[in-house]
Amino acid sequence: MVFPSTNLVRAMKPVAILFCCCVIGLLAMVVMKAGEADAPLAVPKPSIETQHIDESVSRVNEWLRQRWSNEELEPAEMADDLTVYRRLSLALHGTVPSLEEVVAFNADSSANRIERWLAMMLEDDRFAEYFADRLERVLTGVEEGQFLIFRRDRLRSWMAEQLTNDRPWPEITTDLIAAEGLWTSKPSSNFITAAFVDEEGIDENELAGRTVRAFLGQRIDCAQCHDHPFDNWKQQDFEGLAAFYGQARVTPGGVIDRKTADGKAIEYEIVDPGAEEGRIVPPRFPFHEEWDSHDESRRVRLAKWVVHPDNRRYERAIANRIWGLMFGKAWYDPVDDLGHPEEADADRDLLDVLGNEFRNNGGRLKFLIRTIALSDAFRLKSDVPWADEDRYARMTNEWAVFPLVRLRPEQMIGSMFQAGRVRTIDKNSTLFIRFMRFISENDFLKEYGDATDDELLQQSGTIPQALLRMNGRFTRELTETGLFGAAGQLMRYSGDDEALVQNCFLACLTRLPSPEERTYFVDLFQQIDPAIEETESDAPTVQAANDSKISRSQQVRDLYWMLFNSPGFSWNH
Amino acid sequence: MAPQHSTIGRRSVLQMMAACGLSMSLAPMTAQAASKRRSERPKSLITLWMNGGMSQLETWDPHPGTTIGGDVSAIPSSVKGLSLSDFLPQMAEQMHEVCLIRSLTSLEGDHARGASYVKTGYRLEPTLVYPSLGAIAAHELPDANVEIPQHVSLGGDNFFPRGGYLGNEWDAFRVLDPGRSVTNLRSGVSDTRAQQRTNGLDFLGQQFTKGRPSAAKDTLHSDTIRRALKMMSSEQLKAFELNDEPDMVKRAYGDSRFGRGCLVARRLVEVGVRAVEVCLNGFDTHVNNHDGQKSQVAMLDPAFATLIAELRQRDLLDSTIVLCISEFGRTPEINPAGGRDHHPHWFSCAIAGGGFQQGVVIGETPADIVKETKPKPVDPITIPQLYSTIMHAMGIDWNEEFITPIGRPIRFGDAAPVARLLTGKLAETVSA
Repeated sequence: MVFPSTNLVRAMKPVAILFCCCVIGLLAMVVMKAGEADAPLAVPKPSIETQHIDESVSRVNEWLRQRWSNEELEPAEMADDLTVYRRLSLALHGTVPSLEEVVAFNADSSANRIERWLAMMLEDDRFAEYFADRLERVLTGVEEGQFLIFRRDRLRSWMAEQLTNDRPWPEITTDLIAAEGLWTSKPSSNFITAAFVDEEGIDENELAGRTVRAFLGQRIDCAQCHDHPFDNWKQQDFEGLAAFYGQARVTPGGVIDRKTADGKAIEYEIVDPGAEEGRIVPPRFPFHEEWDSHDESRRVRLAKWVVHPDNRRYERAIANRIWGLMFGKAWYDPVDDLGHPEEADADRDLLDVLGNEFRNNGGRLKFLIRTIALSDAFRLKSDVPWADEDRYARMTNEWAVFPLVRLRPEQMIGSMFQAGRVRTIDKNSTLFIRFMRFISENDFLKEYGDATDDELLQQSGTIPQALLRMNGRFTRELTETGLFGAAGQLMRYSGDDEALVQNCFLACLTRLPSPEERTYFVDLFQQIDPAIEETESDAPTVQAANDSKISRSQQVRDLYWMLFNSPGFSWNH
Repeated sequence: MAPQHSTIGRRSVLQMMAACGLSMSLAPMTAQAASKRRSERPKSLITLWMNGGMSQLETWDPHPGTTIGGDVSAIPSSVKGLSLSDFLPQMAEQMHEVCLIRSLTSLEGDHARGASYVKTGYRLEPTLVYPSLGAIAAHELPDANVEIPQHVSLGGDNFFPRGGYLGNEWDAFRVLDPGRSVTNLRSGVSDTRAQQRTNGLDFLGQQFTKGRPSAAKDTLHSDTIRRALKMMSSEQLKAFELNDEPDMVKRAYGDSRFGRGCLVARRLVEVGVRAVEVCLNGFDTHVNNHDGQKSQVAMLDPAFATLIAELRQRDLLDSTIVLCISEFGRTPEINPAGGRDHHPHWFSCAIAGGGFQQGVVIGETPADIVKETKPKPVDPITIPQLYSTIMHAMGIDWNEEFITPIGRPIRFGDAAPVARLLTGKLAETVSA
């Protein structure tokens, strides 16, 4: 395996910086950055957390192996490290790794490099920010509206902080459900304020529904109007839960629970359709009332009941969600429609195993993520040369092969943007780059269609999305062969055609080309007539349809275009 | 109020166009759909979406000289006894084609929630995205001869019509600047390179399916790209362009994004597109309502009137429903800034064609209405009723239960159709 050297990556930097300098005029800042950039690129030295998770991982693996053996399925082989690295980067940072990272990853020859890099990725700010965004969606949805965007923003920053500190999930949950205070100074209160409707106050139903979906992984919403058709939820279960939010108020002083008004106790009232008068609904837990802490505050009572150590729904819910975020597809789909947990030991499933490990290790999300990432299911290949269609489908059902999952919209643009740059785009990138990424991402999501709050729902790709990827300005701009982008830098500094093809594959697909692919694409470059004058860029002017000449830079753009539009780019595998 | 075709008003631009022989001839459309007229033709829906909340009191339901009326004046229309705001002089001449509802009632007074409700007929729900009416129409009445998207949104930015639980492939295909440019349809490279790119993509696709025997079927990746490429080379794309439309016609619709959108909508319906939304922004007039509404309605009036007249001339009005609606109306009270605020309880919409009643008015805003009382209209028409009626008129079973991806059965329509909005057989079959 021949990899690009760190020298190649280093050679590209000064040019990029010079160009950046000319374009944006942020002279002082760029000079500072240039100083940093001139330092030799150090291979990151990730530290391994001391926390030992081998036992947890082996219990998960034991369950999986038993399951495959019961189903008489031979699992797929183990995937190579680069493939696993790509999966991790997509799941934890929302992008493919940069070429710079791929080079550094490759230079790390330690035996446990996946573990080391996983630990390092979890410490990276990109993880906290990206995962906060995922979790915040579940808590407040994606609906647009006045103030909602600002409140959501505060909540997201708060969540990122909790993730950085690896605060236990039960503590985070309690803070969200029971928060009191201003939406600005107590950001967790925005779980409540997001359900505030002008002129009507807090929507207790929405909060009850979200609480059960986000924290218990179950859907109770339809019990708002009628008993659940297939499950045990009754309408009074829903009303009883909503009543826990019945005293919550959004006041100029922030979110509070108000117990009395004008000397009278505040009760949660429901006016039935057609009824003249409302009826009072007291707070009531739908099951396991013995977990009631009888706390004075209704929301504190609810929070303590939700995170109660015996509440298996709680740990199963987060296990299913984190599994979903790691694979792009939940263990049980939809992610928040789990049935009631099985009582018999023999019927306990993977979520019970994961949930148990999670609970016994402090309820920390990073621990759960590592357990899933190091499990066999996450490390398997997604291709099985010996399987026919039927067997492959059965293996997919049983997670005996890594599933093919379409990249979500934010992963798609994140990956395109990262593949368009050689260096990693993170908090150390120039303001200009970060700003460009922010703008591109927003514009792209607008056109491509953002996922809803149920972003793990499997949706097929659409024609407008394909058109946007093929002909849209994002693809055009990110494949430009100027001095600034990856396509241009790889063209200039890769050396021969073979290295060029290989580097483009690594930047876009995080893998080396197969021998057939290498031959196919190197051939395309070797067919170029050197006499053809180099055209720097085919944007924004449109090339004439009958122009049969192809220059080298056009060929590089076309290779990038083919890689961007290939299934290997758009799908996690 | 009986429909009565007025003799005063038929001097519109359309007559001028007809005199010039410009729009009488049918556009040279290739698809089969274009050759069918009247009842043999499956129905299409054009929604004129007045984004932000159009004021009923400055448009369809003026009350000059009353406390709620503001500075509006009223003018007579082609229907005896029916007056419209003087902002709508051209529509006044087309009212004999229109079924006007002045007692439309919605449940949501916030832009996002209101738009969602009025586009789908269902209240926003956290666990389920409902499809817009246009998505249901496209899904239920497919046309194999149409190579371009069956559900199109023109000039709309936010709150575009979604496919919801039908799948995001039923989302409206969005064109932000209709008649000027349809983005992302040109590769911008030479034929040689385009061919090379497609070949390379095919090659990479084949590589990807190695060892993944159901990848092509499961991902539909290549299939989607193939269909996108087919669309890029379709003759029907010309329906998005206005180059071959006479200047006279373009002028009649109005030189605005919305006017061009309405003309493109007509062309799309002609090739057989099922549902088109044309969006006109700028109706959220919390400040200076009178002038704000006036400037926007000035764009609506010629476009809507010309669209009706052209569809009639081309014998397409019976097979096309044109619905003009917004997420809510505006308050009867005028606020201190001279604006009107959101008012979902009682507002108006106008419908033409497709078997709807013509020259009929349902309901009216009373002059003593006040917002605070959350008034309930007399003879109300709810959004779900309106949508089930439109589905019925289009030949879609509003009562059909669709099983959503998570196995929840949902009916397309959430209320029974209203027979009195429809004519002839359509009305009879509602009660049957």
